Formats: sequence, C-alpha cells, structure tokens
Amino acid sequence: MNTTVATTGTEGKTWGGGNDPLKASYGKMMMWFFIVSDALTFSAFLAAYGFSRFKFIDSWPIADEVFTHVPFFHGNYPMIYVAFMTFILIMSSVTMVLAVDAGHHLNKKKVTWYMFLTVIGGIIFVGSQAWEWNTFIKGEYGAVQTNGGNILQFGEYKTVEGEQKFERVAIADFAKVAHSERTQHESKSGLWFVSEGTLPEYSIDEVYKGLVANENILIRNQIINEHGHKTILSREESLKQLKSDGKAVVHGANLKVNEYGSPLFADFFFFITGFHGFHVLSGVVLNVIVFFNVIIGTYERRKSYEMVEKVGLYWHFVDLVWVFVFTFFYLV
Amino acid sequence: MSAHADTHDAHDDHHHKETFITKYIFSIDHKMIAKQYLITGTIMGVIGVIMSLMMRMQIAWPEEPNVIFEALLGKWAPDGVMDADIYLALVTIHGTIMVFFVLTAGLSGTFSNLLIPLQIGARDMASGFLNMVSYWLFFISSVIMVSSFFVEAGPAAAGWTIYPPLSALPMAQGGSGMGMTLWLVAMAIFIASSLLGSLNYVVTVINLRTKGMSMTRLPLTIWAFFVTAIIGIVSFPVLLSAALLLIMDRSFGTSFFLSDIFIQGEVLHYQGGSPVLFEHLFWFLGHPEVYIVILPAMGLVSEIMATNSRKPIFGYRAMITSILAIAFLSTIVWGHHMFISGMNPFLGSVFTFTTLLIAIPSAVKAFNWITTIWKGNIQMNTAMLFSIGFVSTFITGGLTGIILGDSALDINVHDTYFVIAHFHLVMGISALYGMFAGIYHWYPKMFGRMLNKKLGYIHFWITAVCAYGVFFPMHFIGMAGLPRRYYTNSNFPLFDDLADTNQIITIFALVGGVAQLIYLWNFFSSIFYGKKAVQNPWRSTTLEWTTPVKHIHGNWPGEIPHVYRWSYDYSKPGHDDDFVMQNVPLKEGEEELQH
Repeated sequence: MNTTVATTGTEGKTWGGGNDPLKASYGKMMMWFFIVSDALTFSAFLAAYGFSRFKFIDSWPIADEVFTHVPFFHGNYPMIYVAFMTFILIMSSVTMVLAVDAGHHLNKKKVTWYMFLTVIGGIIFVGSQAWEWNTFIKGEYGAVQTNGGNILQFGEYKTVEGEQKFERVAIADFAKVAHSERTQHESKSGLWFVSEGTLPEYSIDEVYKGLVANENILIRNQIINEHGHKTILSREESLKQLKSDGKAVVHGANLKVNEYGSPLFADFFFFITGFHGFHVLSGVVLNVIVFFNVIIGTYERRKSYEMVEKVGLYWHFVDLVWVFVFTFFYLV
Repeated sequence: MSAHADTHDAHDDHHHKETFITKYIFSIDHKMIAKQYLITGTIMGVIGVIMSLMMRMQIAWPEEPNVIFEALLGKWAPDGVMDADIYLALVTIHGTIMVFFVLTAGLSGTFSNLLIPLQIGARDMASGFLNMVSYWLFFISSVIMVSSFFVEAGPAAAGWTIYPPLSALPMAQGGSGMGMTLWLVAMAIFIASSLLGSLNYVVTVINLRTKGMSMTRLPLTIWAFFVTAIIGIVSFPVLLSAALLLIMDRSFGTSFFLSDIFIQGEVLHYQGGSPVLFEHLFWFLGHPEVYIVILPAMGLVSEIMATNSRKPIFGYRAMITSILAIAFLSTIVWGHHMFISGMNPFLGSVFTFTTLLIAIPSAVKAFNWITTIWKGNIQMNTAMLFSIGFVSTFITGGLTGIILGDSALDINVHDTYFVIAHFHLVMGISALYGMFAGIYHWYPKMFGRMLNKKLGYIHFWITAVCAYGVFFPMHFIGMAGLPRRYYTNSNFPLFDDLADTNQIITIFALVGGVAQLIYLWNFFSSIFYGKKAVQNPWRSTTLEWTTPVKHIHGNWPGEIPHVYRWSYDYSKPGHDDDFVMQNVPLKEGEEELQH
C-alpha cells in the first residue's frame, strides 16, 4: 500500500473526513443535539397547551386578569412582575455571553464575575417564579364553581374617572353578612371521626345570602364575549345562576380547580412553568459548578473555557424556551 | 477530546491491565457494549416470543387448561386456564418489549455500536463513558419492565400504546396501578438511554470519520444508523412529554387527558382534557419509531446484499435520498393511526396523502435491492438468505400498508388481525430478519468465530415458512372482521368459522418459536466452538474487515487506515479480486466510480 503518494481525493473538502466539519468539538455538538431533543419536549408541551386552549377558546382565562400582582404593592398591575422576571432572565443571558467572551480571552477574573452575575440572575428568576406560583395558588377574590364546571366571579360597577368599570369583589367581603362559623370535624370531636377535606371558607348558601344582601354585586362568568371580555350577567340572572348551578366556593388555583376559569389553565401553567423552572434550576446548579471550577482554575490550567461555552448554550436555550412560554401563557 | 486519538494512545490503551469488571461489565469499548446490547436484546426477545406463543395458544384453544400457562403464569392461570387480565398484559408487554427493547435497543444498539466506529475508521465512540451509561440505563429499564410481572395486580395492560383513560386512572383495571407506573418509569429510563446513545452515534459519524471517508463514501449501514439516531433524537422526547403529562394525570390529579369520567357511579373531578391529545403525542413518536426499527435493518440488508451479490449497490445516492425522505415523511404521518379516533376527517385525508407518499422512497429501496442482486454472483449464505427474506416480507407487508394508510379502506379493517398481519410483516418480521442477517454476517467480527452454516440454513427456512404461515392467514381472518386484542372469540358465533385458521396459525407460531432454539444453540455454542474466523470472511470492502480478528482497544494496532474509494467497489474491472477494500488507493489511471 503506497500511502506516501496516494491522495484520498477528498483533501480540503469540509465533509471529506479526518476533520471536524462543523468546527465543533464532540461535547459541544452533543449539547446542541441535546438541545434539539429538549426543544422537542417543550414543543410537545406547548402544542398540547395549544390543543387544549383551542378547545376552550371561548372561555379561556384572560392572563391580564390573572397575573396582576407585584410583591410589596397592592393594586392591579397586570404583567408588570412577569415582565421584570423575563428582563432578569434575558439579562442573565447577556452576562453569560460576556462570560463566554471573557473565556475566549482566557480572562479568569472577568469570567468569574460574569458567571457570578448569571447565577444571581437565575436565582432571582427561580425565586420570582416561586412567588408567582404562591400568589396564583393563594388566589385573590375567590369564585364559585358550577355543576357544569364553569366559574362564577363577583364584582360591581364603579365609576373611575368618569368611566363605568367592573371591579372584582372578594367573596369574603360580601358573604360574611350571613357567615356563621362551622367548625371542622376533628379527631377530638367524635369517636367516629372521618377526616374531611379542608372546608371551603364559605358555603354556597352563605354566598347566595351575601349576594342577595348586596344589590350592586353582579356575576361574571367565563364566556368571552365579542369584545374580548368575560360576560357580565344581569342582577336577576346572577341570582338565578348562583342558586341553580353553584357547587362550591373555590379560592386560588391548584391542579384540580382554578378560580380564574378552566382547570386546564392551571394544570398547564403549573406543569409547563414548573418544567421550565426545573430546567432553570438545573442550569443554576450547572452554572454554580462551573463557577467554582473557574475560581479554582480548572479551565485556566486546561487553557480552554469550553465548559463555560457548553453551559452557556444550555442557559441560552432555557432563556429561549422562557420567551415562548411567556408569549403563550402571558401575552396571547 | 481530540477527534483522532494519536497512535500512541492506541498503543497505550492495550497495555493497560484490564480487570474482569472493566472489560466485561462496565466496559467503555464500543465492541463490548455492542455485545452487551445484543445479549440483553436476545434475552428480552426470548421473553417477548414466549409471551406471543402463550397468547397464540390462548387464541387457538380458548380457555382450555394448559400446563405451560400454569407453570409460567402461576396465579394468573388458575388450574391452567389463562385469566383474561393477564392476556391483556401479555399483549401490552409483548408489544413494548419487541418494539423498544428488542428492535430498537437490541438492533440499533448492537449494530450502531459495533459498526459505526469500525466502518468509519474511528478508535471508539465520541464518548465511551456516555455509551456505557446508555447501555446500563437500557439494562435497568429492561429489568424494571420485566419486574412489572411480579407486582400484585400485574403489569400494564392498556396495550403498548397506553391510551388513557386505561393508563391514566390507577383504578381503571388491574394493570393500571403499579404495573402502569413501572411501565412509565421503565420507558422514561429507556428514553434517556436512547437519547445518550443517539447523541453519541450522530456526533461520532459527523466528527470521527477517518481521512478520505466523505459522506458519499460511507457504507449505507452508517447512513441508516445516522438517520435513525436523528429520528430518535427528534421523536423520543415527545413520548417523554406524553409520559410526564400522563404521570401528572395519574398521580397529581391534573386533567390533561381526562374528562367527565364516572367510576362506579361516582363522578371524578377531571374536567376538560382529551384522550385524543395523548394519541397525537404518542403517535408523533409512535410512527417515527417504526422507522427507527426498520431503517437500521435496511442499512444492514443493503450492505449484505451488495457483498453477497459481488456487485455495487444499485442506486447508492437514491438509497441515501430515500432514507432521508423516509425520515422526513415519518414525522408527518402519525395521524394515520388515528383515523377513527374522532379526528377531523379532513385531517384524515391529509394524513392519507402524506402516508401514501412514503410508498415512493420505500419502493425505490425495494427495487434497488432487487436490481442489486439482479445478475449478481450470488453467495447464498445465511446472512444473504435473511436479507432476501427481509425484502420479501417488507414488500408483502408494505403492500397492505397502502390499504391501511388510506383512511377510506382503513376504517373497515381497523383494529382487526389485518393490522396485526401488516405491521408484524413490515416492521416486526422484516426488522427481525435484518437483525438475523446482521448477526450472521458480523458474528465473525463480534466473536472471532463463524456461525454454523447448516444450522443457519435450517433456522432460516423454518423461520421463513412459519413467519408467512403465521401472518399470511391473519390477513384473511382480519378481513373477516376478527378484532385484535380479544382474549377469546368463542363468544361470537360469527367467528366460529375462523377457529381452524387460528389453530393453524398457532401451530406455525409454535414451530417457528421452537426453531429459534436452533439459532440460540448456534449462537451460544459458536462463541466457544465455532470455526475460527479469518480476517475478511465475506471478502467485503468496508473498513471493519481491516481490523484484527482479536479485539483490541482502539480497533487498529497501527495508524487508522485512510479511505480512497466508496464502499461498494465489487467486481470492478481492472482488479484481480472481485472486491477492492476502501483503504486501497486508486491505481495509476484508475477512476473512482461515479456513484
């Protein structure tokens, strides 16, 4: 075999073999293909979300009415806090880019600093999400679930700056007229104690009496009218519907009920933001590991900060997914 | 990290002292991992076949006592009469094991691991460690799947497609409880294993091809494994999504797939979900999955047919194009599994159209195989026989695919034995033939010894006759309306006429099943007593036959060979031999064949 003069005929060709055609190490490429795979997982979740939302297109909760809270402030600030979270996450992507760039220049001090900022950004995001979940689970005004699975919310018209506006009223504010404490069964109160789920604060009857006593209060159901708002019932209809269909008082949201509307909204919200939050958390853990490796000089000795680049790829991916989750859950 | 380990490294490698554990158990050598996959896959295959034989015996002689049932099923076969619940569980686990554990991991795992580094000229996979993790995850997942037979209420029994609500409500049937949980856990681990394996295969093919091994000189096996791995990366995560949502429904009370359900007069709280959503997610994996199963077999068969016909493969580029076309089309046809699910009929016609498009690349491949052996100098060894068998069953099963892919025709035979016959021939038996062909062909590379040819012939002919004997009559009983998955048909006088046919099918199945013992004997005894193999027993052109018979770490003792020509230079004029290996430089004035 005359190997000294023979040419393979593929010299200089990108895909000719014996080189890295995509100019990437195997580790970086594996990260890319892992991201492709993970992107498909998220796509499946978002497609399932779209499928379910489309099924209830005329009654899906309006995000502007759900996510209105900002920590330490009272009042109605739709989307403000989630915009802040998103901003923080995107900024942490920027600091990650700066860390990768500093890594290319083998600048340990700068990599350390920017990795630190990235970790902080990630922690703020995860913390904010925990707060967001907590608020969503607690709920605010409470609502009544009907036998058909609908949600009835309460509110009254108020004149704000000359305009008639429908403002929500918490069940606790008007139902207490007729409220009498019913004590929950406890083991000490009887021999034949059977544990029962937590009692709703108010019974349907109490809510109904409260509604009768407050003549301004109307019911809003979850059907979206032609103006893109939820339908507000007349006084007579409100009383009638509550009387005939009311099943239970719900407060806040969990995987089974949701005071803002369809339980699927809460199911998908918790699952998809939870799954994303789990990704952010793993990203923070990876970033912390890399951060400490930077500090003890592992990559300095290796003369390559490629590890920073790899976790960077993952971090950007997690950010990108959030942009989609944010769009589909909060904006549209 | 460097793409091409220095020759020094390779030398160092086999000076290392290897312990039993690093060599045979936690090995990071791709050849050993391939063997581990093969042995595990074989064991799972035996389990899967035994299950199918028990189902067949129940169908042929319904509710009759059988000592085999009593021995194997224990409490699920009181006095030897099979329980209806366990029949459904057998259907479920047989399907799962055969599709995922035998024909995905057993086939792809074995041959991708064995052949990718050897045929592209690499010392090992890109990451030997991840490769090892991938195998052990597969092993754990196999153990969990089989262990579900030992839980109190029995294994999952909702069919391998685990449609909710049977799979989503733990109280729906016996197997919906712990058995279903174990199924989901096993599959989640399996998906992780498959992902790690696929990442390795793709990256290795992209980065580690030796000098001169351009993409258009790759053997078709590598193309098939490469594309299979990409389909796996794209489709398995969607099954993971479906499984996670299902776990939420089962254990945390969400309503993704459930809506308005009463159990024993009690209204459950589920509200608004849709089981059709699960079907969409499942079949987005489920359909590409059948190509994950069949493409590696196609690659193996292409290689074996060219070698044993002593002719270049016909239409090399057409073969690659059709692999890519099949891979692309496989992701947009899933709806043909859901024609009667309540999906919009217009969508059904769209899926019919895309489904029938797949016939084009499939036919291109089938014709190319036939033209490859046309006027060839055919070497009728066992591998070649199984390859020809593959083409035969692929065409037979493929033709009924055209019927089932058309929504108007499919509705009439939906969920009957016609469907069973179709997919068993086109992906079950075909892929199994591809796997057998691969084992008979590359056994010398794996174990350094030859399989017995006579036993191989007997194995092939009994298997071939029995496979058609089982699945051909199923078309007719399917058209007569016999539904699949029924534990017994004796309650329906309308099916009484089919009882004889069912018994004949079962006899073929039993004979075919027992014939696999010949293969198992051949396989295991040849490891120790087989004829010693020479370096290139089939006089093939690809690089794996330039490595020494005895396995070494790093595959080649010296430098990695360079590649000067494509992999199908058989019977090229101007050469003494009827094959020219890929590492032989072009002669003075010799042109590389246009391909």
